[in-house]
Amino acid sequence: MNIRAMTAILAATVVLPLGAAHATDLEVTHWWTSGGEAAAVAELAKAFDATGNKWVDGAIAGAGSTARPIMISRITGGDPMGATQFNHGRQAEELVQAGLMRDLTAVAEKGKWREVIKPVSLLDSCTIDGKIYCAPVNIHSWQWLWLSNEAFQKAGVPVPTNWNEFVAAAPALQKAGLQALALGGQPWQANGLFDTLVLAIGGKELYERVYKDKDEEAAAGPEMAKIFAAADQARQLAKGSNVQDWNQATNLVLTGKAGGQIMGDWAQGEFQIAGKKAGTDYTCLPGLGLNQVLATGGDAFYFPLLDDEEKSKAQDILAETIVNPKTQVAFNLKKGSVPIRGDVDLAAANDCMKKGIEIISKGNVVTSTDQLVSADTQKQKEDLMSEFFASTSITPEQAQERFAEIIGSAD
Amino acid sequence: MAKSVPSGRPNHLLRNLNSKIASIPMILIAVVIFLGGTLWTVVYSFTNSRLLPRFNFVGLDQYERLWASSRWMISIQNLAVYGILSLIFSLVIGFVLAALMDQKIRFENTFRTIFLYPFALSFIVTGLVWQWVLNPEFGIQGIVRSLGWESFAFDPLYNPDIVIYGILIAALWQGTGLVMCLMLAGLRGIDEDIWKAARVDGIPMWRTYIFVVIPMMRPVFITTLVLIASGIVKVYDLVVAQTSGGPGNASEVPAKYVYDYMFQAQNLGQGFAASTMMLLTIAIIIIPWAYLEFGGRKRG
Repeated sequence: MNIRAMTAILAATVVLPLGAAHATDLEVTHWWTSGGEAAAVAELAKAFDATGNKWVDGAIAGAGSTARPIMISRITGGDPMGATQFNHGRQAEELVQAGLMRDLTAVAEKGKWREVIKPVSLLDSCTIDGKIYCAPVNIHSWQWLWLSNEAFQKAGVPVPTNWNEFVAAAPALQKAGLQALALGGQPWQANGLFDTLVLAIGGKELYERVYKDKDEEAAAGPEMAKIFAAADQARQLAKGSNVQDWNQATNLVLTGKAGGQIMGDWAQGEFQIAGKKAGTDYTCLPGLGLNQVLATGGDAFYFPLLDDEEKSKAQDILAETIVNPKTQVAFNLKKGSVPIRGDVDLAAANDCMKKGIEIISKGNVVTSTDQLVSADTQKQKEDLMSEFFASTSITPEQAQERFAEIIGSAD
Repeated sequence: MAKSVPSGRPNHLLRNLNSKIASIPMILIAVVIFLGGTLWTVVYSFTNSRLLPRFNFVGLDQYERLWASSRWMISIQNLAVYGILSLIFSLVIGFVLAALMDQKIRFENTFRTIFLYPFALSFIVTGLVWQWVLNPEFGIQGIVRSLGWESFAFDPLYNPDIVIYGILIAALWQGTGLVMCLMLAGLRGIDEDIWKAARVDGIPMWRTYIFVVIPMMRPVFITTLVLIASGIVKVYDLVVAQTSGGPGNASEVPAKYVYDYMFQAQNLGQGFAASTMMLLTIAIIIIPWAYLEFGGRKRG
């Protein structure tokens, strides 16, 4: 064998991996593991694989509170994934500030994100120091009451059209041996329920004074006392739902064992996958039927800074794919969430989603609490709410006092 | 030092060189990771570090917030209840089981295996098993109710007032087997002649156990105590698997507070403050004990 042949072989071994690199593997971590969520994620993976790259699924079971620490410690520990889900807002703020995340400004400008993404506040919470660090993937809102038509039929009362009617109908449900309100035991669920009550009963102004301006006086005031009284009712209605995960609680509603659940619009995906029809099998009330305002939060993908050039290119492609109108439709139909752009056709959306899209396009939106307060404040609220909802030994007045303290020291 | 060593005799430092080299990694780990990590944590507990450590001193702010937090107070109370009860019960049950086992019974090996078996399971598995056993719909309550006692209620994991006892039951089920084995080994180490002497003197068996045998088993008790105590302070996975701290905050423990605030709340400073308090608690217990145990008799 002469030297030339040797060089040829050597060169071939160098070229081969380059050729194969067109199909770059990109590990994507997320916490979408329930039935509806997994179906939605499969759509993202399919779209990304179609670009000639490979989506390596890194689903982490458990809620975001379980998954986020794993993701963050992988990024800070020097073993970053290709891309990762976070909620819109401040969860990844410090990672960006520490320079661990990839700047997507170029991709965003090419795709004219600032023009197509609606509401633009979603992009604003991806922007730090004028640079864009995440690709928003969907809009979620918490302010939904999901009702089981079957349960109300069994109880012999009409399906409520708002929260007050629901509270009034609850005794009939309980008499029929049904759970009135389904609520999972994880702290974030009680916390989300409470924030929903603030916006739906207290209105936009109160919500913004408490969470945006962090006004301690408003948090301790009489307006807020009404919310705590409502939360007190809610915890009594929720007594006895011995489940942990949100989708187990949704399942109680789905099977007619519980009257209703206050949960974000991701619950929609569960109804969808079970083949239930909005209007006949279940009813959805945005803003609890009281105040048609939604808090737009949602999920976004962040891309850790990688040394590997091929992977960095694949990251850009994934970011483009996520915002792409086609992917947006396919993903959000399965997920039950609202697309992040106003220019897509959602004729296939069901009634509930259309209600949500209508409210958002009217501009009746506020920023979600995940974007307004830090993870630390959110955790303190969760601690308070899970304690409040689990045990009647803490009175609404005591809870409000502690709530005001948390808001007073919030950041 | 080398000067004082007369020539011809091997250097003191070089004696047992192999074992000294072999222990270098262990010494390094102890100094760098345990001691260094501890000091680092204590120092940063005085800063306002959030997701990433930042060297920005805020004095005792983190500690003030910690002790004002109702969740931390609940955690401390739970740990105290769990700790004291699990210490007493595992020692008592473990010793009684061992004493019974020591009566030259038949099938001793079988019983020993049965009692020790739960110890082979991790706390996560133990927690999950007991979560099912104590679940009101599928577990004990469900079974008793299906037998006809409709009003029977036993749902510790869903009652904030007694949830910590539900966790204690699982911990005892898992841990007493090991205590029993250690005690049994201790009992077997007691000289047969002691028993004979006691019998000759006509001392009843229970008195022999309490006044003769137990004092002789002091080293075994100390080993057991250290094992149980370290298990108590670090209890975390059992709670996570059984209740994840619920209902509400009713079964929170300090170790879980540390984890939740460091990683979920992205507030390292607060988590460090909590873990420093855990260290301090242990130090308050260990130092006087170690002083009494080892300090009192310096070279006879």
